[in-house]
Amino acid sequence: MSSPGGLTIAVPRGALFKQTVDILAGLGMDTEELRENDRKLLFEEIGVITMRPSDVPTYVEAGAADVGITGKDVLLEQARHGSDGRGSNPSGREVYELLDLGYGRCTMVLASREGPDPAVEALRRLGVMRVATKYPRIAARHLEETGRQAEIVEVKGSVELAPLTGMVEAIVDLTATGTTLRENNLVVREELMVCTARLIANPVAHKLKAARIDELLGRLRGLATAGTT
Amino acid sequence: MIYPIPSGTRDVLPQETGEVRAITDTLRAAFDRHHYGEIYTPALEYESVLARADMAEAQPAYRVFDESGAVLALRSDMTVPIARVVATRYPTVEPPLRFCYFAHCYRGVRPQRGQLRELLQAGIELIGSPAPGGTAEALTVLCRSLDAVGLKDYRVGMGDASLFPALMASLGVREPVRHGLLESLVRRDFVELGQRLHEAGLEGEAAELLFDVPQRRGGPEVLADTPEQADGAVMGLRDVHRLLEPDVAARVIFDLGLIRNIGYYTGAVFEVYDPALGAPIGGGGRYDELLGRFGRSLPAVGFALDVDQLHQALAGEERGTGVLADLRSVAQSAGEQVA
Repeated sequence: MSSPGGLTIAVPRGALFKQTVDILAGLGMDTEELRENDRKLLFEEIGVITMRPSDVPTYVEAGAADVGITGKDVLLEQARHGSDGRGSNPSGREVYELLDLGYGRCTMVLASREGPDPAVEALRRLGVMRVATKYPRIAARHLEETGRQAEIVEVKGSVELAPLTGMVEAIVDLTATGTTLRENNLVVREELMVCTARLIANPVAHKLKAARIDELLGRLRGLATAGTT
Repeated sequence: MIYPIPSGTRDVLPQETGEVRAITDTLRAAFDRHHYGEIYTPALEYESVLARADMAEAQPAYRVFDESGAVLALRSDMTVPIARVVATRYPTVEPPLRFCYFAHCYRGVRPQRGQLRELLQAGIELIGSPAPGGTAEALTVLCRSLDAVGLKDYRVGMGDASLFPALMASLGVREPVRHGLLESLVRRDFVELGQRLHEAGLEGEAAELLFDVPQRRGGPEVLADTPEQADGAVMGLRDVHRLLEPDVAARVIFDLGLIRNIGYYTGAVFEVYDPALGAPIGGGGRYDELLGRFGRSLPAVGFALDVDQLHQALAGEERGTGVLADLRSVAQSAGEQVA
């Protein structure tokens, strides 16, 4: 295997894919087939498996991959605990978060239709706001922490549709440029957090393959530093 | 008609029971060879009694009321009940005391990937034997037991629960910040650890040590070049390592960031890993202050193995040796005889 030190790496398809592959190429891996074949899932010769970003913690937690790359949004949604140690989520993922890779920068926002904020009015008159999101745990935690009662509506596809149809008053979603929000006449009311790509590791691999993981970590840190200067 | 059972519990049928029994019988014999006496305690205890221990994440998850309104809790481990037994049933007996157990414990974990809410633990407690000798004995029993069941590639990660707190104290980390740093480390969220160090205004050498030291893990060389602020814990680990037989010492990897999420640990802590399984098979450590909370202050150390995880690791290693292979060959020869 020509992967760094024989580690298996879980690589996210989707928005983070291109930059992730660039980084792997920067580590000296042969990524040509990875770039060209978007149907193949398992690239044994370079120790890479590909999957949707939200599955990365699942494979890493189970040890099917030693390390993986995914967005902080995914990690927060699947976290075992809130950052203050509260809000234990028994189905959360037990993975180690090793490095902020810096790319894939997005903001988790709460948005609603432009004009007078319908969420504020719903809260005032009805005592509860309805919020559509693909991130029900992040949304629920944020609204709870800010002392607002909310009904969380989980959707799988285009979240922007939900407030336009009147099904909800607001959405919690990830946005990079805000273009989709603007096109749908939605405005950002609150910024919850900034999310970037993270390197995660399986707890057992972190111990048993310590030298290889630390070497990878060191080289990625070098790349991340070079990228920001 | 299908009648469900609670999430995170399961039925164990004869094929599996046979394999599990082969493992537990072998462990029992190994514990017995080291003079650990098996004990039973009730699955239900008074909640107020279990609450004397600081269980952190492993605290009891299930409670019931008895007919007089007292709150009972299903035990979440055997260490706390055994601490109670020692204080109440052996108040004057000369230590050390050696106990082993095979018992179901109950935790509010996620019922995924073999992690059960009702889990079968096999373990030992060595009461009244201080570090480093007691710790070395517990590690030896642990490795000899795993050797006996035929697990081949396991390693024991060892750290010290007091190392990071001591490091924070000696580097002048303010009290309100310490909890957050420790909490990030327990989850091994090193990105957040770095952020919290930055937010706390820690810079230079202090921040570097607090970020770097808990990421050090590997062979004895890890202990060579540690900062003086960690000397106490590091010397303790070295003393334990020096007492180990070569085959046991070879299993140990040092992990200066190892912190178990159970609050009562005071010194050396350990976890068992096998490349065939993505999660630890078991763990343990020193709990020198727990017995005192039950009225008989004695240093103590112990470990617990999750029998189902051990079973999975054995199956995952898929080796032609060990107790499961013996069992298979017995089954095969029995089959041949029938044929």
